[in-house]
Amino acid sequence: MTVQDIISSLNLTVCSGKEGLQREIKGGYTSDLLSDVMGHAQEGDVWITLQTHKNVMAIASLKEVAAIILVKGHLPEEDTLEESNNEQIPILSTPLQAFEITGQLYKLLHP
Amino acid sequence: MEFSYNIEGGNFSRAGSASSEVKKILKQLNVNPSVLKRIVVALYEAEVNVVAHAYEGTMQVNIDPSVITVVINDRGPGIPDIELAMQEGYSTASPEVREMGFGAGMGLPNIQKNCDELSIESKINEGTKVTMTTYFN
Repeated sequence: MTVQDIISSLNLTVCSGKEGLQREIKGGYTSDLLSDVMGHAQEGDVWITLQTHKNVMAIASLKEVAAIILVKGHLPEEDTLEESNNEQIPILSTPLQAFEITGQLYKLLHP
Repeated sequence: MEFSYNIEGGNFSRAGSASSEVKKILKQLNVNPSVLKRIVVALYEAEVNVVAHAYEGTMQVNIDPSVITVVINDRGPGIPDIELAMQEGYSTASPEVREMGFGAGMGLPNIQKNCDELSIESKINEGTKVTMTTYFN
């Protein structure tokens, strides 16, 4: 499953990083603690968070996550968005809260 | 091979840039991906510690065919009780830093888990020196 595939199924808005929409999704990780994500997220995960600042992209790039989903309608800050385009790691947004979107993504990945 | 990077205290917009440079080099050297992933976690946490707690620092990287040694030296407040600082969940980060999702007290434990040898020396009101070693095989 690619990032592109989950956009319509989960009704996500693409904020940035369009060139990374063909990235392969291997799993997901939901957390707002950056060290927790650094220590436990895996390459190819979709990272679900409410953090919108640029450090999110530093972690996303170092961990090589497939994409980021911002919850509750949050949008990336301007410099976060730029970095997402540079790194070609998409940032997606959903009006849903973390519990709901995590459940939906889990169901998609584990039918 | 030796490389050195400067780390700016307090500048979160550049946090992770030194780690990212080292990651690129290690990728070019075809370091085993699972070893590379561990090194990257340890590097980033150490870099962020300098940004969050110190005034300035350097990351010195020494790469041999079988081992990578990274020394992160900072000028800063130092760590009064290293054993306490190593405990998961213990943090002295400011409320602002915590709001960004840092300061969960997981940084040093993450470093410990993700390198083979770790040594921390610290002097109050002078700074901290973190040395981490990881073997490629």
